Amino acid sequence: MEERLLVTASPHIRDNSTTRGLMGNVLIAMIPCVVASALIFGARALLVVGVTTAACVGFEYLYCLLLKKENPVGDLSACVTGIILGLNMPVGMPLWIAVVGAFVAIVITKQLFGGLGFNFANPALVGRIVLFLGFTGRMTAYVYPDMAVDALASATPLTSTVNRYNVSFLDMLLGIHGGMLGETCVLAILLGFAYLVATKTIEITIPAAIVGSCWLFTALYVQDPYIALIECMSGGLLFGAVFMATDYVTSPFTTKGKLFYGVFIGLVTFLIRHFGSMNEGMSYAILLGNLMTPWFNAWGHQVALGFRKPAKAKKGGAA
Amino acid sequence: MFKSLKRSAKGAGVPHEKATAGMATVQMPVPEHVIIPMSMHIGAPAEPVVKKGDTVMVGTLIGKAGGFVSANVYSSVSGVVQDVAPMRMVHGPMTTAIAIKSDGKQTVDPACVPPAVTDKDSLMKAVQDCGLVGLGGAGFPTHVKLAAKTIDTLLINAAECEPYLSTDTREMLECSDTILSGIETVMKYCEIPNCIIGIERNKPECIDLMCSLVRNMKGVSVKPLPMRYPQGAEKTLVETCTGREVPQVGPQGKPGLPADCGCVIMNVTSISTLGKFLKTGIPLTTKRLTVEGDAIVKPQNIEVPIGTLYRDVIAACGGIKPDVELGKIIFGGPMMGGAAPSADYPVLKQNNGLLLFSKKMAVLPEAQPCIRCGRCISACPMGLEPVVIAEQFNNKDFDGLKARCIDLCVACGSCTYVCPAKRPVSQTMALAKAWYLGEVRKGGK
Repeated sequence: MEERLLVTASPHIRDNSTTRGLMGNVLIAMIPCVVASALIFGARALLVVGVTTAACVGFEYLYCLLLKKENPVGDLSACVTGIILGLNMPVGMPLWIAVVGAFVAIVITKQLFGGLGFNFANPALVGRIVLFLGFTGRMTAYVYPDMAVDALASATPLTSTVNRYNVSFLDMLLGIHGGMLGETCVLAILLGFAYLVATKTIEITIPAAIVGSCWLFTALYVQDPYIALIECMSGGLLFGAVFMATDYVTSPFTTKGKLFYGVFIGLVTFLIRHFGSMNEGMSYAILLGNLMTPWFNAWGHQVALGFRKPAKAKKGGAA
Repeated sequence: MFKSLKRSAKGAGVPHEKATAGMATVQMPVPEHVIIPMSMHIGAPAEPVVKKGDTVMVGTLIGKAGGFVSANVYSSVSGVVQDVAPMRMVHGPMTTAIAIKSDGKQTVDPACVPPAVTDKDSLMKAVQDCGLVGLGGAGFPTHVKLAAKTIDTLLINAAECEPYLSTDTREMLECSDTILSGIETVMKYCEIPNCIIGIERNKPECIDLMCSLVRNMKGVSVKPLPMRYPQGAEKTLVETCTGREVPQVGPQGKPGLPADCGCVIMNVTSISTLGKFLKTGIPLTTKRLTVEGDAIVKPQNIEVPIGTLYRDVIAACGGIKPDVELGKIIFGGPMMGGAAPSADYPVLKQNNGLLLFSKKMAVLPEAQPCIRCGRCISACPMGLEPVVIAEQFNNKDFDGLKARCIDLCVACGSCTYVCPAKRPVSQTMALAKAWYLGEVRKGGK
């Protein structure tokens, strides 16, 4: 009993959650999306996702090696960024552009701002937006799915010429239409969402607020709940709401803040889709939401137990 | 749903580990000597009234309360005073301590007679004569709490939310009669109309027993509590049991107390100790400890004389497993208890557990970068925001800390427990609170 004892401040036990475990849960939750994209768009989908993931992990490793920082690859966050970025590209994406996207995401958006925990916006999201602006043609060259049976289902349902009543609900659910790799299959996204909520990796608040508010605004505007539902199932809305807007670092902490953030993203998405010049507004909405996060945190802060607003000082008193 | 908009205050889902809850309490053999510090409570230390060479018995007054916020100290063994000298307490400060060599007979002082309680004043005197302090861990002198006016609810804290500890469970199962007589006396003479006994749902046998016993007592009820740490924290308990919020600031600008919303809280072991004193006249001289952890041979609940050294308690529980390297000795529970630098410290009045952790359990994972997941925020029982407070503390932002109510931190450790990046969150909160209160004192802000 005379050996040296450890003396630390309490608490003396910790739960078994880890950063790596949480990131691992996100990776597992994205498996259905990856599998679905390979089934819908063919095996090249796996190549695109594989290249972005390898590039993201590689850039993170090299950057930290160059700057003699501790190697953070083990926390799996670069892996998550890589897969999300890959799932945000059309299947025909030239691979060198995919690598450029990974560079923007990891080196510019994440590491230059201080690495995990300090980035101001979701790295994969910034990667996607930069590619979208720089290579618009390539990023919107939605290749028709192998399984598409008619021409209608092949275009992205958000294109304004498509009559939304002719869109098959089942095709929407299974994702058999044009679009980015990961965002078409609603079923796979919902599976991943269920896993994330069941493992308590994310709370239901942000996705529910985004999809709910976007559906409500659209339904009020077009006066038709079914069309609003189809719109919520198409484009990047669901994928973004589940996997991108819920990124811990760039979303608010408190329940109130999360609600503000979700409704804000839902509203901006709706506005861009219906009043802007683009069919697709989700990524810009999330980016704006990320930038607004400090304000949502401040506006949505919790009320401490026992806190009472101090009585306002009377006017006219000595300053 | 709407409450979680205000604050989520989920607490931490700590493991229960109450393997000792089903074991009857064992009496410890009388130790050869005890060391009894004069400061086993919040407030002024007691003043020694014996000197080297004096003969004392069980229940002999050896330290007299050094003021109103203070408590008497009694000898826990019969024998001879060996020394009255300063010692360093396990949590750091120095105090006077009395070392007594036991004669092994445990003769009770004939002065110990059941007190006559007829009104509030005589009850207050009895509580002081018992040397009673908050036995849940805080060690706040009980008579100070009971002296408060305008109390309408007596809360009996039997939540026992700390993992491992099961002393309160055993108290309820073994000493329910003194718990009830204590409640009855306090309600009668302090004129408190209501009493709520709060018990966490992980102790169904205690809930059943207490429910059946209080059925015929007017104004007394049992409240099963959710199994979330820190359910037994004072302010959380008040909110769960009565729906009231203890104000952040009390009437005179001091930190708010349960009394400011009409509640007084007593630990279930405290009220039972009072009941025992009223019956037998023997003051607080022994304490039940849960001795647990992966390094001890015989985990059990053991009743020890106050002042017994950890070393003797460990020996009485079979010692340390021979194939295990002892890593940490914790007095109290694993969430709020302290780590002792050696086994040569005495058991205090307010101690209720002694945990022996192996090296493997004692070594904690290294801190990684914060991923801003906000789990500390949803866990905080007080509705504080540790991530934000840590940033403000790094910037020495006084106004920010004030706005985010850092003074309300109860140091429960929930934020550190849930952190996936394994950061010392509550430790940072403690530093921030100390810095903030220091600035308040300096600037009178």
